Amino acid sequence: MAIEGADIVKAAAFLGAGLSMGIGAIGPGVGEGMAAAKACEAIGKNPKEAGLLTRTMLVGQAVSESTGIYSLVIALLLLFVV
Amino acid sequence: MSYDVKTWIDVASFVGAGLSMGLGAIGTAIGIGYTGARATAAMSRNPEMSGEIFKTMLIGQAIAETAAIFALVVAMMLLFIKSPDISYIRIAVLIGAGLCMGFGAIGSGVGGGFPAGEACTGIARQPAMAKRLNTTMLVGSSICQTPAIFALVTALILLFSNFSGHPLSPTWAAVLGAGLACGIAAVGPGFGDGLVAGACCEAVARQPSAATIATTTMLLGMAVTETTAIYGLLISFILMFKTFPATDALAPAMALLGSGLCMGIGAIGPGIGEGLTAYSAVGQVGKNQGNSAELIRVMLVGQAVSESTGIYSLVIALILIFVV
Repeated sequence: MAIEGADIVKAAAFLGAGLSMGIGAIGPGVGEGMAAAKACEAIGKNPKEAGLLTRTMLVGQAVSESTGIYSLVIALLLLFVV
Repeated sequence: MSYDVKTWIDVASFVGAGLSMGLGAIGTAIGIGYTGARATAAMSRNPEMSGEIFKTMLIGQAIAETAAIFALVVAMMLLFIKSPDISYIRIAVLIGAGLCMGFGAIGSGVGGGFPAGEACTGIARQPAMAKRLNTTMLVGSSICQTPAIFALVTALILLFSNFSGHPLSPTWAAVLGAGLACGIAAVGPGFGDGLVAGACCEAVARQPSAATIATTTMLLGMAVTETTAIYGLLISFILMFKTFPATDALAPAMALLGSGLCMGIGAIGPGIGEGLTAYSAVGQVGKNQGNSAELIRVMLVGQAVSESTGIYSLVIALILIFVV
């Protein structure tokens, strides 16, 4: 097998892209789930504020999503730009 | 020192068997221990029901045990089944199958313990609901085992397929990636499903009149939690059944290995997160049935958002297989 420098760099970029998105997906997944869990609890206790609580949940999740999107961006950069 | 390929295949089958049973025992041990702890606490709370609680504990533990039994079966097969496939790819296949079943049993093992533990507590709290609690526990903990069954299916397909006609590179990375994708992806959903099923057993015991709506919410929540495990299964099927052109370069092989790791690890977080969401939703439905429609709606929206990072992982995994 002829392995050259450019090939190793590409191989590392592909593996890195997979790891970046894979590991980067853990945190947002758990965090957004927790936000939604607390929103369900709050709505159960105070159903009249369901609209406000859903809105707050979605805003909180969107912010929590940001690190997942960073991982996605880095993975795409590694795949197509590097 | 030089060894022939048969020696290496033997080495790989022993390593794979060790990984399968070693990793596969972690989750089940924790799950069964949790059930035992809850059963003991339940007996001290309501000693008259100790016979019923003991029975429920044993049934629940038997189901939580399934994942470890799968791991044992795969480990035995790795040790004793000799394949006609004598090629270097077989080494990756054996280690991939071991890793797949080993990781795949962790989540379902832990998860299976939650419904059994909550059912024991529930019988102490509400002896009249013992029958219903047993049913709910059986349904919930059986669904918990599905991610482990996905891993078992993948491990068996890997073991019984003959990859010797495929080019060594990049097929070795594809089969290793297939094992990792399905195995690691099963950890989160297995654990999350367990949380949901546990919450449902608790809700049934606290509010017997809410049993039906709580069970419906549980099934819905578990189905959504399961999705990332299905993504993992999908990626591992693609990696196993697609034929890849032979290559001398390292990069195509690493793309396939990276794809498996990406989908596998990426499925953990959404699986746990969606499980947490459904756990709270089922609990609240039990306390407040009047709001069940609103709660189910918010649960599904929350789970859908939590799913997004799992979908990003799926997209990157597919790009790594089909585009680059």
